[in-house]
Amino acid sequence: MENILEIKDLKISFKTFFGEVEAVRGINFDVGKKETVAIVGESGCGKSVTANSIMQLLPMPPAFFKGGEILFNGENLLNKTEKEMQKIRGNKISMVFQDPMTSLNPTMRIGDQIVEGLKKHRKLTAKEAEKKAIEMLELVSVPQPEKRVKQYPHEFSGGMRQRVMIALAMVCTPELLIADEPTTALDVTVQAQILDLMKKLQDKLDMSIILITHDLGVVADMSDRIVVMYAGQIVESGLTDDIFKNPHHPYTKRLLASVPSLDMSKDEPLHAIDGTPPDLYIPPKGCAFYDRCDRALKICKDYMPESTQHSDTHCSSCWLNHPMAQKVNGTERREA
Amino acid sequence: MKEEMSYSEDLFMPVSKEEKNAERIHRPSIKYWADVWRRLKMNKLAMSGLIIILLFIIMAIVGTKINGFKYYEQDLNVINQKPNLVHWFGTDELGRDLFTRTWFGARYSILIGFMAAFLDFLIGVIYGGVAGMANRRVDSLMMRIAEIIYSIPYLLVVILLSVVFGQGDSLFVMILAMSLTGWVPMAILVRGQVLQLKESEYAMASESLGATKKWILKKHIIPNTLGPILVNITLAVPTAIFAEATLSFLGLGLQPPKSSLGTLANDGLAGLAVGNGYQILIPAVFISLIMFSFNVLGDGLRDALDPRLRK
Amino acid sequence: MAKYIIKRVAISLVTIWAIITITFILMHSVPGNPFRSESKMPPGVYENLLKKYGLDKPLPEQYTIYLKRLLKGDFGESMKSRVETVNDMINRGFPVSAYLGLQALIIALCFGPALGVIAALNQNKWPDYLSMVIAILGISVPSFIMGTIFIQFLARNISWLPIAGWGTFAHTILPSLALAMMPLAYIARLMRSSMLEILGQDYIKTAKSKGISKSAVVLKHAVRNAILPIVSVLGTLVSNLLVGSFVVEKIFGIPGLGMSFVSSISNRDYTLIMGTTIFYAIILIVMLLLVDIAYVFVDPRIKLTKEGR
Repeated sequence: MENILEIKDLKISFKTFFGEVEAVRGINFDVGKKETVAIVGESGCGKSVTANSIMQLLPMPPAFFKGGEILFNGENLLNKTEKEMQKIRGNKISMVFQDPMTSLNPTMRIGDQIVEGLKKHRKLTAKEAEKKAIEMLELVSVPQPEKRVKQYPHEFSGGMRQRVMIALAMVCTPELLIADEPTTALDVTVQAQILDLMKKLQDKLDMSIILITHDLGVVADMSDRIVVMYAGQIVESGLTDDIFKNPHHPYTKRLLASVPSLDMSKDEPLHAIDGTPPDLYIPPKGCAFYDRCDRALKICKDYMPESTQHSDTHCSSCWLNHPMAQKVNGTERREA
Repeated sequence: MKEEMSYSEDLFMPVSKEEKNAERIHRPSIKYWADVWRRLKMNKLAMSGLIIILLFIIMAIVGTKINGFKYYEQDLNVINQKPNLVHWFGTDELGRDLFTRTWFGARYSILIGFMAAFLDFLIGVIYGGVAGMANRRVDSLMMRIAEIIYSIPYLLVVILLSVVFGQGDSLFVMILAMSLTGWVPMAILVRGQVLQLKESEYAMASESLGATKKWILKKHIIPNTLGPILVNITLAVPTAIFAEATLSFLGLGLQPPKSSLGTLANDGLAGLAVGNGYQILIPAVFISLIMFSFNVLGDGLRDALDPRLRK
Repeated sequence: MAKYIIKRVAISLVTIWAIITITFILMHSVPGNPFRSESKMPPGVYENLLKKYGLDKPLPEQYTIYLKRLLKGDFGESMKSRVETVNDMINRGFPVSAYLGLQALIIALCFGPALGVIAALNQNKWPDYLSMVIAILGISVPSFIMGTIFIQFLARNISWLPIAGWGTFAHTILPSLALAMMPLAYIARLMRSSMLEILGQDYIKTAKSKGISKSAVVLKHAVRNAILPIVSVLGTLVSNLLVGSFVVEKIFGIPGLGMSFVSSISNRDYTLIMGTTIFYAIILIVMLLLVDIAYVFVDPRIKLTKEGR
């Protein structure tokens, strides 16, 4: 499969009063054509920073790229000028943001907001643009699109606004859609509708999706592959099945265990992960999950685990994968 | 795989929770007010404002006694003298020493500024606090009244009051008149904060644990409202000084032989016409400097108090 | 929306009534009365004067008479000037003051927001510092000092700029600049903080993600929203201008309403003070009302809310 996006050893830091915060610490992953890749992790793990960095929407300063490449169709986006990036934003790559309540301009008509990018990239007349706006609203199943295009964001509900956001992102039929927690701020019932809509549109428009979320439930039936991030690094990645059925990294396992399921008995406690992620002002020398990991080894504290390939599609970074660990602690993996 | 033999077996022993907790490193945590002070100190403009204000206060206290003249002392032999070694800021058309008169005037300007700001604070906090804590109907009535008072331009009120009561000792009247409308922004601010905090989750959590309203007010609302109030006070001082200066300039302020920076500027305007520009220059620069210092200090405080701006 | 406007108008009327009443009470609680000072009055004249101005009647009756005359647009007559009524003075002075104030407002509204936007877009760089120094000077230097500085350094050195007086456009330049400085600085500071807040909003990121140019993001999305707080303080600014006009008219010797107000105060011309104060209050409150109503039209979010707040 041809890759539309390849991220190689990407490192992003923020300059602050206390020093440098290493938000993303050397990550590698790629996205194939028409593929959906989910990036999963807790808040503060660097997933949103990664998403925003692809479009170069990070505020710079304080953010800066410390190294690595973002290859989009083989071209490194980090070498592009602002003008060249403008031609890509909204046109080839689009983004849907987390909070639909704040992501739309409150003093601009919905229709104008949807076609604003299109007008710039495709040079349409006002009439064509309005027609297109109505079409887009229809596409994302907003009822009464003719009336709705003339309204302002405050006249829309949260779910409807997120549909508008999707219409806005899709209007130039981009090759890649980055959805940064698109359903987090919505009601559960609306969440499912929005995900369905995205899936439907993906099939129709042949695009790739990067889905950023902390919610594994969202990921399961949406994504082809999953990348698990922790403290600015990728700890495990694989096909959705690999991750759900055969997780290797203790963090992935704990993450899966923390999703409540219907067949749980009422008395069974929810499995929260104790503690907080490390402070990236002082990044740990070894494995970042060491503090919270219940299977930590001595080596984890000071040595960074390397990535181990479990299959063609599945790899994880954990010292437990090391042959020595299995030798010392017995060959059987204890379940967490 | 080639490196695997370089690690000793011991490294692969499991670690217990206790071992892990022993050696945590964290970013140094900084107390809120210490952090505010640290950020304020980094703001050079605000700090210079603070230093100028302190200098002004010290000089307003001791400045009238430095060169041996009295603020009301007239000496017709030395009228309209340019600044010199005897009269450091020169003399006015009655031969009064302007150095002494300037600091005497600064004393009144600063006094008026602080007193008015204090009254604003007192009335505003009480009124706003009561409105915020009261039920909705009382609250909206109180705010309507405040709004009406606020839409009366304060200088008109000050002028009216000083016309009515202003004959004798005008200092008290002036301060009172300024606070009569000046408290409204403070009240609106306090009420807004109180309402916001009343609805906020931590106050609710506190209430659900059986805390009384008084307790919530003392432990949650006041500490959280302190920052914006402090900024507001800092900015109320120059407003009052400005109002006093303007009034005095219009001839409605303090009556001679009392002087403020505003009356000195008013006197100086007459001197300007006959070429004694220094007579207005010094009070003008001083008024501007005081206003400037309070304004930059207020701005600096506001920035320093906003954790979102934390660098 | 109609309900909102009706409510605002009603509140404004109450405010005006309150101001009239307070002013009336204050002016009539002045110890003594204005004619006492003119001590050498032949007997009978004093009583006649009291009668002429209706001061011999009981206070409530005077009040109702005064209110009735106000309703007809009659602000009463001056106690000191035997030829001009308060209305004459307003008719003569107000156009001058209004022209000056309007010109100052236009200056402030053109340059204030621009300064604020430039500062916000270059946060913590030299254009930001420069604009904010200008703004903070504008706030710190009272208009009477600004006016004096202008006369000393500009009017005395530039031949075509008159030092004082009224009549030609050249006469209006310095006074309106001196008058504009404070609101200009105020707007610039407000605009800067408002812009900084808006630039951090999510929808600015959305706008950027569409790939439109930086200037379009700033103008269509940021400035459009950041200007709203400026609209809401316009009323206060007009009030500032009014106060400033007292001072500036005095310095530049401009025959506006402010000047006659100030002289009416020093003359203790109570009816004139009362009339002018009430006139000013009405102008201001009408301005505040207009600004509030205008705000409904600039901010689409307000239309739906049934109550004002």
